[in-house]
Amino acid sequence: MSSTAGELLREAEKGTSLWQDAWIRLKKNRFAVFGLVVLVLMMLTALLTPWIAPYAYDAQNLDLGATPPSAQHWLGTDIFGRDMLTQIMYGGRVALAVGLIATSVALTIGVTWGAIAGYVGGRTDAVMMRLVDILYALPFMIFIVLLMVVFGRNIILLFLAIGAVEWLTMARIMRGQVQSLRQQEFVEAAVSLGLPARTIIRRHLIPNALGPIIVYTTLTIPSVMLLEAFLSFLGLGIQPPQTSWGLLISYGAETMEEYPWLLIYPGMALTLTLFSLNFLGDGLRDALDVRGSKD
Amino acid sequence: MGRFITFRLLQAVPVILAVITVTFFLVRVAPGGPFDSEKAVLPEVKAALEAQYRLDLPLFQQYVAYLGDLAQGDFGPSFKYPGRSVNELIEAGLLVTAELGLYALLIATLIGGVAGIFASLKPNTDQDYVPMTLAMIGICMPTFLLGPLLVLIFGIRLEWLPVTGWGDIPGDKILPSISLGAAYAAYIARLSRAGMLEVLSQDYIRTARAKGLPERQVVLKHALRGGLLPVVAFLGPAFAGLLAGSFVVETIFQIPGLGRFYVQAAFNRDYTMILGTTVFLSTLIVLFNLLSDVLAASLNPRLRHQFHTGGMP
Repeated sequence: MSSTAGELLREAEKGTSLWQDAWIRLKKNRFAVFGLVVLVLMMLTALLTPWIAPYAYDAQNLDLGATPPSAQHWLGTDIFGRDMLTQIMYGGRVALAVGLIATSVALTIGVTWGAIAGYVGGRTDAVMMRLVDILYALPFMIFIVLLMVVFGRNIILLFLAIGAVEWLTMARIMRGQVQSLRQQEFVEAAVSLGLPARTIIRRHLIPNALGPIIVYTTLTIPSVMLLEAFLSFLGLGIQPPQTSWGLLISYGAETMEEYPWLLIYPGMALTLTLFSLNFLGDGLRDALDVRGSKD
Repeated sequence: MGRFITFRLLQAVPVILAVITVTFFLVRVAPGGPFDSEKAVLPEVKAALEAQYRLDLPLFQQYVAYLGDLAQGDFGPSFKYPGRSVNELIEAGLLVTAELGLYALLIATLIGGVAGIFASLKPNTDQDYVPMTLAMIGICMPTFLLGPLLVLIFGIRLEWLPVTGWGDIPGDKILPSISLGAAYAAYIARLSRAGMLEVLSQDYIRTARAKGLPERQVVLKHALRGGLLPVVAFLGPAFAGLLAGSFVVETIFQIPGLGRFYVQAAFNRDYTMILGTTVFLSTLIVLFNLLSDVLAASLNPRLRHQFHTGGMP
């Protein structure tokens, strides 16, 4: 048993240097670093919003109405006199929650599915991947709209539905990774030691496929956020009194003729976030040398 | 090639059947029957209505009957607007949406393709960075933001272009088409750049250059065909995205197309209308995916060959 532990330790050491290498390469990519900084700031803001938001989230001031940016309201107020900065901060929390939860759902299903298909192989693999092919061809955008109509605009359902759409690519990537990894000696060694398939997948295969998983995860989060904003814009996603960037943009678009800042600031928040995530994802892809993870 | 098309067609059949089945039962298990909300309908009237729409039959028989209707091209009636059918709605909206989608796709392939090819010719220079940064902005700027922004700038502030309608005033098709096409132009720019870069480093391109062909001919005649493959493969999924985008664009610009009808049906909870349009749109999307696969295969000899030897693509 002690030899396995030593082996693991050495493997971990090698892993660290690999990650350090990637980190050095990532740091050279200015766009990726910019994205990383923006995202860290955004996450901190989202976590601390209830304490640092300048106004209460539902504080209306009907006498004030819509005002342009000022010293009291940095990003102005909407037609109900609600502070725009506060609204955007709370919208960011929703965007982040959707991004993280839906992506976790996609990640869990996709990695498990792909790893099993790739590891077991043969007929099981053929059936599992054929199912993925069929699901791939389904027009999911339309299905999500349908789900929202049939089961009501439930935020949890929204998370799950989006996650259930996004796992397919993850499954394909994971299967490819596992197929190539299982030919290697350390997996053969694990098999000959009599480790159960579960353990081999969890301890040996998934950690070695971490690079592509991370890259694809970073690129899934923005597409998930976009989907949420899209549905909320149409009125089929997040419902008032909760807020979301998609909802804010849809309100902003209604009154942009008189109050353009109500459209521009939430739009900037969404675009900047998506921009950062995409640049970070691209940077990670180059740094970890992962090929063809999306598109 | 014939085998490839046959295989893909056979693969499309279960997909379309799955769409129909899932949609049908989803809509049927939705809480509340279509006539429950009508106040004070006489029981006999309700029974007659349900008989008319076949709701008195067992669920499975309804399903079989619906499949039969679909086979004859009948997408069913509307629950909310008696006398209107899904077919009428599709006829009214399809041409408008098709025209909008066509313009958007033209804008996307022309601008995106040219930008991507230019970027690939001088990688890691300004000729690469400028279009690729613009493409990234295009990808991160969702249609539902770009549309209103274009309206704000070119419609309201500059007053250059009309901001609503479709074919009523000259120029009213410009902003919707650009709004819908921009994101795809961005994707296509990235795809064609990546595809071209890959092809330009291949041996046969070096051979073409070595035998003294002018660069223009190398790029246009030799590299383009392989380099644009990813773009062709992308056109199928792009079509699905364009339809979803048309939901937004048609709502913003008040265009009487399929997308707007679909969103309205979703809001009205007009279940049969949703069922019919979902089936119709999904079938279209599946067929377009098929078309783009076949097109990509006809451009890629390796993919064709795989099929003759029995491998899977």
